Amino acid sequence: MPESSTITEEMRSHIGVESTPATYEVSRWDIGRFACAIGDDNPLYADEVAARESAIGGMIAPPTILRSFLPGASPKPFPEPFAHILDAGSNYRFFHPVRVGDSITVVRSLKELFTKTGRLGEMLFKVQEITYTNQLGQVVATQETTTITFGEPDPESGGTLVGTV
Amino acid sequence: MSPRLKSGQHKPSAGKLKTLWFEDVSEGDELPPLAINPDTRQLVMYAGASGDFQPIHYDKDVAQKAGHDAVIIHGALKSAWLAQMVTDWIGDSGWMREFSVQYRGIDYLDRKICRGRVTGTRTEDGAGLVELELALEDEAGEVTTPGKAVVELPRRDA
Repeated sequence: MPESSTITEEMRSHIGVESTPATYEVSRWDIGRFACAIGDDNPLYADEVAARESAIGGMIAPPTILRSFLPGASPKPFPEPFAHILDAGSNYRFFHPVRVGDSITVVRSLKELFTKTGRLGEMLFKVQEITYTNQLGQVVATQETTTITFGEPDPESGGTLVGTV
Repeated sequence: MSPRLKSGQHKPSAGKLKTLWFEDVSEGDELPPLAINPDTRQLVMYAGASGDFQPIHYDKDVAQKAGHDAVIIHGALKSAWLAQMVTDWIGDSGWMREFSVQYRGIDYLDRKICRGRVTGTRTEDGAGLVELELALEDEAGEVTTPGKAVVELPRRDA
């Protein structure tokens, strides 16, 4: 495969660099608000008594709540070559539940960069690995996320990526 | 092995929560589908709960400027629905070990249906594992968001 000129040495230097850890304390309120937003009425997320008597033994959060625990900034900004961004998908592994009162620390690092040319022209694929660790030092989950950026830089947006992630 | 499913620690489920046993699942089984009828209000609620405030998900002008017909659904919200279908099915004694989604198409605010099917079952280190194929379909029946999952279920004989 020919080397893409879109991917610069500077971009490659971001591979493996970890974001500043961001820590989230998970309250019953956070869980309730998230479960309500996605429309999930599972009693494990809302009913303290039912959750305590269940096999899991207490209130937990919906698995995809992790997505809302956003990683902190990277030590240096990634030199985005394109203006638009799309979320291509995620691959989660879940090891432990997120419980009320947990403190979840989120760290993201860039795993891989590659380009493809398609309907949207040249696209840059960024594969990032996000690790979620609780206050006991247990990795509760990992999320591998792939984003696609494409399109001419838009001077109006001041370098801010426009799209959906 | 899941921290929740150690042998002998299984407790009967409470109330609405049910137990799905590994032995009761076979390849080809279909999960009860989850129907969703999303509206802009839900997208605003999801923006607030998730912190994803890209206006393309709630501001029609911004969405149209970006070339869409109307506001589009957050990919991560679609993943939440697919995950819900799985966690509803496995109840409180199962554990979703792996879950992946691919966003192949843009979704507008029409009716969605999440579907899932068992593609395989196996035991690994004593754990009963079930592999699933997942799909979110739009109103036209188009699969915009395929996915996969691996769940661990309690075993009657464990």
